[in-house]
Amino acid sequence: MRIGVVVFPGSNCDRDALYAVERVGAEPVALWHAERTLKGSDALILPGGFSYGDYLRPGAIARFAPVMQSVERFAREGGPVLGVCNGFQVLCEAHLLPGALLRNAALRFVCRRVRVRVERTDTPWTSGCGAGEELVLPVAHNDGCYFADGGTLDALEEEGRVVLRYLENPNGSVNDIAGVCNEGRNVVGVMPHPERASDPLLGSEDGLGILRSVLVGAAL
Amino acid sequence: MSAEKTHATLGLSDAEYGRIVGLLGREPNFLELSLFSVMWSEHCGYKNSRPLLRRLPTGGERVLQGPGENAGVVELGEGWALAFKIESHNHPSAVEPYEGAATGVGGIIRDILALGARPVALLDSLRFGPPGEERSRYLFGEVVRGVGGYGNAIGVPTVGGELAFSPAYSGNPLVNVMCAGLVRADGIMSARASGEGNVLVLIGSKTGRDGIHGATFASDELSSDSEMRRSNVQVGDPFCGKMLIECCLELVRGGLLVALQDMGAAGITSSASEMAARGGVGVELDVDEVPLREEGMEPHEIMLSESQERMLAVVEPEKVEQVIGIAGRYGLVAAPIGRVAGHGELRVISGGEVAASVPASYLADAPAYEREVVRPAYLEGVRRFEVGDVPPPEDYGAVLLRMLSHPNLCSRRSVYSQYDHEVGTDTVVRPGADAAVMRVKGTTLGYALTTDGRGRHCYLDPEGGAASTVAEAYRNLSCVGARPLAVTDCLNFGNPEKPDAYYQLARCIEGMARACEVFGTPVVGGNVSLYNETSRGAIYPTPVVGMVGVMEDVRRHATPAFKREGDVVLAVGAPVEPSLAGSEYLEVIHGRVAGVPPEPDLAEERRYADLVRGLIERGLVDTAHDVSGGGEVFALAEMALAGGIGFEYEGDPAEGARPDVRLFGERGAGFLVALPGERLEEVERIAGDAGADCRRVGRTGGERFRVGALIDLSLKEMEEAYGRDLFGDGGRSG
Repeated sequence: MRIGVVVFPGSNCDRDALYAVERVGAEPVALWHAERTLKGSDALILPGGFSYGDYLRPGAIARFAPVMQSVERFAREGGPVLGVCNGFQVLCEAHLLPGALLRNAALRFVCRRVRVRVERTDTPWTSGCGAGEELVLPVAHNDGCYFADGGTLDALEEEGRVVLRYLENPNGSVNDIAGVCNEGRNVVGVMPHPERASDPLLGSEDGLGILRSVLVGAAL
Repeated sequence: MSAEKTHATLGLSDAEYGRIVGLLGREPNFLELSLFSVMWSEHCGYKNSRPLLRRLPTGGERVLQGPGENAGVVELGEGWALAFKIESHNHPSAVEPYEGAATGVGGIIRDILALGARPVALLDSLRFGPPGEERSRYLFGEVVRGVGGYGNAIGVPTVGGELAFSPAYSGNPLVNVMCAGLVRADGIMSARASGEGNVLVLIGSKTGRDGIHGATFASDELSSDSEMRRSNVQVGDPFCGKMLIECCLELVRGGLLVALQDMGAAGITSSASEMAARGGVGVELDVDEVPLREEGMEPHEIMLSESQERMLAVVEPEKVEQVIGIAGRYGLVAAPIGRVAGHGELRVISGGEVAASVPASYLADAPAYEREVVRPAYLEGVRRFEVGDVPPPEDYGAVLLRMLSHPNLCSRRSVYSQYDHEVGTDTVVRPGADAAVMRVKGTTLGYALTTDGRGRHCYLDPEGGAASTVAEAYRNLSCVGARPLAVTDCLNFGNPEKPDAYYQLARCIEGMARACEVFGTPVVGGNVSLYNETSRGAIYPTPVVGMVGVMEDVRRHATPAFKREGDVVLAVGAPVEPSLAGSEYLEVIHGRVAGVPPEPDLAEERRYADLVRGLIERGLVDTAHDVSGGGEVFALAEMALAGGIGFEYEGDPAEGARPDVRLFGERGAGFLVALPGERLEEVERIAGDAGADCRRVGRTGGERFRVGALIDLSLKEMEEAYGRDLFGDGGRSG
């Protein structure tokens, strides 16, 4: 399976994502922001970082990158897309996911490990996890406070589209939301970094379950 | 204005001006004088420190690059090498803390990049006035935000550092940033210009009016006028910095560059003249070719601008187009602005005419001043101290809690949680331990990094304090299981034209040199920051030591955190009496900075550190911590808190007249290790064979921290004290 990792100017977790993809046994391929080709990817990851320096607003400029036209088509056709951190912000800005990520409630960058619960396993990015499974995942962001209006929130909860939930909320996200999916359930955005928890030497491999899920789904 | 009247305003003395006229055989014009003024500033020219710095050892088996390039490089193994350097950004941070700190990060990263290395780790060593002062609190908050603002965005993890507060740094904070980068040993770039006719290409941002004369500013004391110099402070653009990293690495990989140099203090002037002087060649620069942010910039402004995110490369003519194309892919400007020439001059062309022409070697050869080393009078007073001067505590538990919550001793979590310390997925031991441990992907190799500074100690005893600073770094690396290789130093001192500061500088360098010789850790690069003074006086003499070490098998490492209930805790260390002189306890609890701390026994430091490292390398010990500020019991408390496991002291700590000396006194060459009982015999045998002193101090377990009848605290109340948010209450308490 070939997993494309989009490289925006200012992405800084692209190399980590490519490395983690390799570790789960998939073929990693870097996708340059200025080109429209997805190089035959079977799944896509929008990595963390500070695309375009987060200038204006995180993700606001990246969503207009040429590659995003192809990403949007891929997503609307049901292809599995995972946005991590800045990638989540880009997906929200591109309206592939609902809501927005605001400045952390404490108004500071936060880098730590947090406990999260897998709320749904019926997405291509969590199908390999156990329902209700607790994971310890790193977060590192300035703007990770998930927000959506009341109606959207109700819909997200009712439709079971909250995919990951913080057990200790590091940023003030509404309903402790750490990750959501779209209506089609193929597009998932998460603030924690599964690619950073991909090696026992680094203290956790809880993120591998998320990255492996997409392989499991493909094999079915 | 004639050049003669101008030299003083540019920071050159009459004698220096005379020397310039003598060298050139004529009067310099304004542009030429500007070039000399920045290149002969202390910041660029090291004119007060150069003779003293010669004392430092610089060579060693693993050294691939010593002083002279943008950073030092040591060999790690399997073809990998580590480039590393520390640099200060004290003066800019005193007046514009966010940008001062941010550009400090940006600048040191480019030094590493100039070696062709990918920056992989940052550490920040910070000093501020007491957090009870509003201005100090503001500087602290903004500097931390600035370090994170730049480092987080560019994807280089900030994996370590240190922080202390003292009135000695009020108004003159220290912001030292160290960066390390990985490079293949056979792919190290040089900043040596060569090849007549080769093209000088400026890569990165456009040039603006920011930071003009920043180097001169950094070579003077801070005063009430310093606020006016806010425009001397550069503004960072981390996004552009990130693009510059990726662009330069691609250019290096493609073999497109002859040489590469960071453009830092004194901008194009220093980059071009240093590259020329290293290569023994001349360079011609056409200022009209420099892409500018604004119109109407004078040649001297273009030459001295310290606009950030710029690199200067030497490129063969036929490869220039390719370089411009790759830079364009990253949204960067690459402009040919000059060429390498055979005439040995730094020649500036403006409007087709020669606007300045001076031998590059003159610019790179600032005058050096050696002064008399006179022992300062203050030392007599501050060194007087007897244990009987301070009363023993009535409540040892309360004392420990006060120490745990003190801004100088409490957890640094509220700082490092604002830094991305995991990006890159190589951080094996994260901040909070004695040193950061990183892995090299695709190998079993690891390397460890630490920065250490002991300003108070150096103030009380410059030579001993500096030696003990190096010893502390050596211990910190050994504690995580790394073999120390080499040092980068940042020498933060007051005005060297004053006898006290000069004495401190001279003696500290001597102490560092002696320690580095004993430890076999040469100084391969660094930075000098003098004139750290305000109207209230000079800072503590604060040499900051950045040290790197290597580990063959990164899986074999240790951290301070207790790992298991029931582990035996051993004190491994030279059998010397701890002392309250110059200790944290004396300052934090009794408000005194006094006494002569114990002179470090360097041979013993090395012997015990090597023993502890050996235990870790053999896989016998995974829990180790050095006994440093706060003494033995404080170190034990840190180990318990890090692991969330309690501790019970064995034996009678109340023995003797002054238990506080035993509990909180400080000494060198001391370690604590914890291990399961079944390994005890083997560890004691190894220590015995080494003739090392090894004493059982207690056992891990439970949720309380008990030291005889003196201390009985719950981990929870200790954590509440220790885990305080240094920003939450503004650090007012404590």
